[in-house]
Amino acid sequence: MKALVESFKSGLNTKDMSPLQFFGKHGISVAFVICVITFSLASSKFLSADNLFTVVMQASIIGTIALGVTFVVIGGNLDLSVGSLLSFSTVLVVDLHDKVDPGMAIVLMFLFTLLIGSVNGYLIGYLRLNSLIVTLGMLSAIQGITLVYTGGKNVDIADQENTWFTFFGREELLGIPVPALIFIVLGITLQIVLVKTGFGRKIFAIGGNDTAALFSGLRRNRLVFSTYLLSAFTTACAALILGSRVMGSQNNVGEGYELLVLAGVILGGTSLLGGSGSIVRTIIGVLILALIQNGLLLLGYPYYTQWLVTWVVIIVAVWLDIAAKRGKLLSSF
Amino acid sequence: MNRIVAIAKKQPIWIFVVVCLVFFSLSSPYFFDINNFSNILLQASTIGLIALGMTFVMINGNIDLSVGATVALAASLAVGLQPVLGIPGAVCVGLLSGILVGALNGIIAWKTGVDAFIVTLGAMIGVRGIVFIYTEEQSFYAFDFAYSDFGSSTLFSIPVLVLIFGLLTITAHLILKYSIHGRNVFAVGGNRVAAKEAGIRVGPHMLVNFILVGFLAALSGVLLSTQMGASTPNLGRNYELWTITAVVLGGTRLTGGFGSIIGTLGGVLAIAILRNGMNLLQVPSFYVLIILGSILIIVLVIDKRFSSHQGQGVGA
Amino acid sequence: MSAHVEMEESVSRPSDQKTVFQLRGVSKSFPGVKALNGVDLDVREGEVHALLGENGAGKSTLMKILAGIYQPDEGEIILEGQPVHMRTPLEARDYGVLLIHQELSLVPDMTVAENVFLNNMPRFAKLFVHNGHLNDRCAEILSRLNCKFKPTERLGSLSIANQQMVEIARALVFHPKVVIFDEPTASLTDYEKVVLFGVIRELKEDGAAIVYISHRMDEIFELSDRISVLRDGVYQETFETAKTNEDEVTQRMIGRDLDSDIAHEPPELGEIALQVSNLSIAGLYSDISFDVSVGEVVGFYGLVGAGRTEVMETIFGLRKPDSGEIRVNGKASGINCPSDAIDHGLGLVPESRKEQGLVLGMSCKDNTTLAHLGDFTKFGWINAAAEKAIFNQYMEKLRIKCPGWEYSTQNLSGGNQQKVVIGKWLSTSPKILILDEPTRGIDVGSKSEIHHLIRDLAKSGLAVIVVSSEMPEVLTVSDRIIGMYDGKITKCFDRAEVTEDSLIRAITGQEV
Repeated sequence: MKALVESFKSGLNTKDMSPLQFFGKHGISVAFVICVITFSLASSKFLSADNLFTVVMQASIIGTIALGVTFVVIGGNLDLSVGSLLSFSTVLVVDLHDKVDPGMAIVLMFLFTLLIGSVNGYLIGYLRLNSLIVTLGMLSAIQGITLVYTGGKNVDIADQENTWFTFFGREELLGIPVPALIFIVLGITLQIVLVKTGFGRKIFAIGGNDTAALFSGLRRNRLVFSTYLLSAFTTACAALILGSRVMGSQNNVGEGYELLVLAGVILGGTSLLGGSGSIVRTIIGVLILALIQNGLLLLGYPYYTQWLVTWVVIIVAVWLDIAAKRGKLLSSF
Repeated sequence: MNRIVAIAKKQPIWIFVVVCLVFFSLSSPYFFDINNFSNILLQASTIGLIALGMTFVMINGNIDLSVGATVALAASLAVGLQPVLGIPGAVCVGLLSGILVGALNGIIAWKTGVDAFIVTLGAMIGVRGIVFIYTEEQSFYAFDFAYSDFGSSTLFSIPVLVLIFGLLTITAHLILKYSIHGRNVFAVGGNRVAAKEAGIRVGPHMLVNFILVGFLAALSGVLLSTQMGASTPNLGRNYELWTITAVVLGGTRLTGGFGSIIGTLGGVLAIAILRNGMNLLQVPSFYVLIILGSILIIVLVIDKRFSSHQGQGVGA
Repeated sequence: MSAHVEMEESVSRPSDQKTVFQLRGVSKSFPGVKALNGVDLDVREGEVHALLGENGAGKSTLMKILAGIYQPDEGEIILEGQPVHMRTPLEARDYGVLLIHQELSLVPDMTVAENVFLNNMPRFAKLFVHNGHLNDRCAEILSRLNCKFKPTERLGSLSIANQQMVEIARALVFHPKVVIFDEPTASLTDYEKVVLFGVIRELKEDGAAIVYISHRMDEIFELSDRISVLRDGVYQETFETAKTNEDEVTQRMIGRDLDSDIAHEPPELGEIALQVSNLSIAGLYSDISFDVSVGEVVGFYGLVGAGRTEVMETIFGLRKPDSGEIRVNGKASGINCPSDAIDHGLGLVPESRKEQGLVLGMSCKDNTTLAHLGDFTKFGWINAAAEKAIFNQYMEKLRIKCPGWEYSTQNLSGGNQQKVVIGKWLSTSPKILILDEPTRGIDVGSKSEIHHLIRDLAKSGLAVIVVSSEMPEVLTVSDRIIGMYDGKITKCFDRAEVTEDSLIRAITGQEV
């Protein structure tokens, strides 16, 4: 228990600092609180149990994927292929559900998703190719594979009521929606892994200074490879939730998710340069995005308004983070 | 002949272009046809225009993910405002919108110091939001046929849009290779600190390039809408992907300091030829995505193999 | 008593030349460190004025202030009689002050001419570059400097020495009044040094004032007219070169004698821990053979580029040799990567602590345990208490000045950062420890501590290799010295038989 609390504390990391630095470090939590307060004042429905469940549900898919992507980013890389991978995996598990059986479908889906993740891991970890371009290319390729597999058609589960598969996306356990449960449990586990295990420490090292990591005997290739396996794994979990919730899938259901995931990670303060970051902060980042989406909807704004707000929030958040680190607001180009 | 070999060595993408040309000419009777080539160039021009600007931005060491959204914004404004401002007015506003998005990106990147990736990622999301808000998720149609006539007009039997693309390509090449601003693009991208110490004002310089790519994206959107006679709110989705792919295929390095318009043109043509050729061979478009993604990766692998002139460092 | 590399003597000028600039009472502090304390300096037209001091004495900081990179906290700069404030390097350049420093400000993918005229290119129709004029004017300057390369060559393909020439060419475009050279010979061969010195003399003839920062005595005495000494940020004295000698100047620089207080009994040797035979990598080094026994310190001495670091990196598994054999404790090493090396009991304190030794953003404790994290984890779970204990142990033993184990290594001084790196490698309990330039850029006090530490390590049963480019250091620390030049071992010396003269000859390719 103590370890758990400690790991969360180190995720939020407090030491003495100036006001600018305070905002840089904690701005995101402050923003979170402000969001909650603003929206609950603006709409009476905001704080209802139903609504909060909805928020966490929305957040759980992007959030679950973001958990794995956080590891990739801390390691100094990017993963733009998660959106296509989500499409692929969701389509696969839904399609196989009827063709094989639900249990086998899940196993196969995880297998193939991890396989694709390992391709990323091999190209970026072992061949040391640029992660932006590789995952961009994979984004295309996976999208194509998905389309080939379905022949361009959408997939559905035939008998949507009589299957235990609904558990992951539609049921509750102990009063908590299962998607949220998966997200939270995975989140806690991965935060602990990040902060308390050798593996996590090494990821910080290769992201912080991969030459020094090499000289220290760390096997960089293997570590980068594992971060991509992890992001594929969390994407597979998200596909499980999504497939189960919708019980069907379009070919491009995951399109654009990679950006939202990245936005959540960035908002949470993880630097795209690598070497720093935390799962807790990613979770907060993703939740803020979900709050914005939810709050605006409650206030009657159309769903696309959130994009505009997200834009502003991201820029301001990262700006403050950078400003805090360099000690002044404006940069000196 | 030597000159051609030299160019081939420096721009391997053109070898690929030639190979594709030969392959498709042999595989399909419809390929080697003046009309088809005209078609290819027309299709290439959409991404091509944006890629010209993206080349400048990427040689600078930056990136612009918001170009797709800008395409939609400019197209929607150029069509949507026609009842109010007439065609010339609406088109001007459309182009202006691209300039403004570029300027915004550039100023934010300059003054806050936030990396271009994040700045334009935000803009990509936010500008798309503006498009949806303005269009209320509707497609717009240009009721004045003069608009779509322009989209299909030709001059000396070459589509006007292709001529515009050609003209701008030549202009971009001249600027990048021979002008002071062009040299500075390489300096800022090659060693930003050195450029700054030499007195190049890096912030304003990068701002200019963002405005450039924003304008070209807007132009591409407007011209695209003349072809369709309409605009849709989801226009331009994934355009940044294709544009970056074309620029990287053309030899521009993500780290900055290296690249060329000729290379980018090669990348743009390679993509356009591939899509056209596959289409003619009746390969389902799904496979094109797979192939394109794979080519991008293969290009990286080849580039890495032949980049052993990077010095004798340790385990890079 | 010192050895000279055979070079021309410089002609000294009369001392009533016009003063070009003066620094009065300049002070500068950085977080935690007072780098400069009320420094005075004056430099005359047409003279070569050497600025001498140990690493950390403040020479670079002083010159960066003059070049507009830093601002002084106190004091003033007077240029040709007028007080000036140079807020940016650009303003300094406008005043005619140019700094040639070790991080070359050049763009590798552009041509030589483009670099020389960066942001200053001859124009055509106002907006375009006039390529013809660009290359012609560049060719003129290059021929003045006796450079053999062409203006159209890509800068990145030139050697470091030639790139430095390009940097100088760039300075010449501005007809500078003051040119500051900050340790320019670090990467140069002797021939290239001669060329450089010729260029410096040319500049001198033109009337420029040259400030030459170095701690290489032989160069300073060859080239300079006057020598100013800094110690720990405080100005000591200015000497007329012709009227002083190395010992006097060294005394001012150090304030005490070199640590000849290290006792040197012949070491008690154990078995051979490391044996290298005929190791070669094309282009880097060839036919390297030597061995190191338990209980001794073997010093590898040579100039930058001699290949020493590359040999050590190969032994440590960072590079793959083309041919040759490495044996650790008698068995063929089978080391293919650093992780293997660590398992075999090797440790490498690398040349660049910031780039290779530390993950700057991580805490002191995390850096310390990074090389053998497995010893602190059980089933993957890190034992933080054990980590803290180990760091505290080394913090005490090595006297590392840092606020606590959780603080990031980023803000530590160079000396303390280096100690963290050394502590990191010592905590792996190595049997063979290689230290590559262990005291580069470190304050005098820490330097001495590290030297003592190295001697103690050998006595306590390690086999130690030290790579160094500083003669006093290699003489202080080693039981045996191996000289390398141009990728080959030239001579092995036993401590008793070595002379400074023979050492110099061994590393500069002369007959030994």
